[in-house]
Amino acid sequence: MTDTTQKAAVEVIPAAPVPAPPTRRTRVRRGVTPWLFLVAPLALLITFTYAPIANMIAYSFTDWDGVSPELHSTGVENYREVFTRPDLFEVFWVSGYYLAASVVQIVLALYFATILSFNVRFRNFFKGVLFFPYLINGVAIGFVFLYFFQDGGTLDSVLSLFGVKTDHAWLGTPVSANTSLAGVSVWRYLGLNFVLFLGAIQSVPGELYEAAELDGANRWHQFRHIIAPGIKPVLALTVILSISGSLSVFEIPYIMTGGATGTETFVIQTVNLAFRFNKTGLASAAAVVLLLIILLVTWVQRRLVPDDKVDLV
Amino acid sequence: MTRRTIARALVYFSLIAATLVVLLPLVVVLLTSLKSEKEMANTSGALELPHDLLNFHNYVTAFQDGEMLSAFTNTAIILLISIGGTVLIGSMTAYAIDRFTFRFKKLVVALFLTAALVPGVTTQVATFQIVNSFGMFDSLWAPIALYMGTDIVSIYIFLQFVRSIPISLDESARLDGANAFTIYRKIIFPLLKPATATVVIVKGITVYNDFYIPFLYMPSEDLGVISTSLFRFRGPYAAHWEVISAGAVLVILPTLIVFLSLQRFIYNGFTRGATR
Repeated sequence: MTDTTQKAAVEVIPAAPVPAPPTRRTRVRRGVTPWLFLVAPLALLITFTYAPIANMIAYSFTDWDGVSPELHSTGVENYREVFTRPDLFEVFWVSGYYLAASVVQIVLALYFATILSFNVRFRNFFKGVLFFPYLINGVAIGFVFLYFFQDGGTLDSVLSLFGVKTDHAWLGTPVSANTSLAGVSVWRYLGLNFVLFLGAIQSVPGELYEAAELDGANRWHQFRHIIAPGIKPVLALTVILSISGSLSVFEIPYIMTGGATGTETFVIQTVNLAFRFNKTGLASAAAVVLLLIILLVTWVQRRLVPDDKVDLV
Repeated sequence: MTRRTIARALVYFSLIAATLVVLLPLVVVLLTSLKSEKEMANTSGALELPHDLLNFHNYVTAFQDGEMLSAFTNTAIILLISIGGTVLIGSMTAYAIDRFTFRFKKLVVALFLTAALVPGVTTQVATFQIVNSFGMFDSLWAPIALYMGTDIVSIYIFLQFVRSIPISLDESARLDGANAFTIYRKIIFPLLKPATATVVIVKGITVYNDFYIPFLYMPSEDLGVISTSLFRFRGPYAAHWEVISAGAVLVILPTLIVFLSLQRFIYNGFTRGATR
């Protein structure tokens, strides 16, 4: 590579006490140096993000099984299948449970962030408790809640304390299983939203509250007119993260039910298609569809809430 | 009672209720992990206390049969290399983007930015083929490469910090004869310590907890990391909740210790990491 020679040339240039007008050499040097820093990151970025996307789009128009050297172009057949085969498209409805759960989650997180940003006893303890689940390993959470929903497990025992006798198989029917799993995801992710909201609320200048209180505003007014506008960018971010999160749920249902009793999500299905049934072509088409939906959601959000903080340069 | 005291009572009531909802499932699993097989068969409910609070038998079983030692070792290796790589790559990228003007800079920035919008789970079908073609499948290198590959969040965190370092520092060093690499190594990188701490924490927790990538790329039993090793408990111990619980507690414990000792930094890290 020419890079080494360039670098050697750089080192022999004596330091000029006054920035001299750029010679040809320094111009070349300035041109090359940033790329030396960027070679590794860019190579990784292209290899593990852009090449897969390009390949995936290419596979999605073929009947490839992921192993054999033979692959045939099938046009848009895979896409037709994704949208018309009811068993393939059905999994999208499961996302509905997680979307509904995200609404609950955001509301709860907002509530707790608001009350804990004011003076409350044991504030740090409550903060820690609410946030900690977000840090726990997903497999461990899966097991904790498998036991929670077991026959005679935690939930049944708690209910019997209140005199409610159930022999309800919580993970036994699609509706109750999906509701339970969505509940687990609220338990798990509430903390992240909570901490984001908390950070945003605390960046609202404190004098605003004092002024509002002097004007006789109560807590609800303060929330409505000071906090809510103050955290709008974070709220928008949370909404978009929730939507794309709801569409790409994988871990908890895969660990807890393996996708049985109607809890299969889009990603579980794609993983099964690709790695268990060797339908790489079809799985790629499904993944492209998911990717497009998520990009669309993000784009809509960026249009609705122009966020001036996203400028990287 | 005035309205204010009622409101306050309700606030505390809701906080206590939330605490119970968060802690109860975890505490029950802790209790279960201390029960013997016999107790599990005879107890009437999950809430019953174990007879012997110091019965660590299940932990020994979980640790040995679950090959947790090798799982923790593998996790540690992956953590160390991928975090080191992420810090290096993130800080270098941020330095290059913020301190230089060069051709195609806009394109490079756009490439990194757009990549942030692509959720990893969607491209795994094709990423798998690429990892496989490098011969990295079923080796520790697969997750290491993937974790290092595209961490836009860390690049962004570093970028925020590089920006806050005055350019005059670079310039005076340049006048003293330092080249770009010396400036990066001796001035920029040491000043990035807070950002590095944030990235190490956020990345560390993500890598420690990740299930998807090791599950797909390292099926061999001896390459288990803590998530996949714990996942394998499902088969042999399907009905032995006391052992599964012990395994889960073993995995959660390090997280709890780290969380309790670094609380403040962790909150900041996640706030900074997510509000990009």
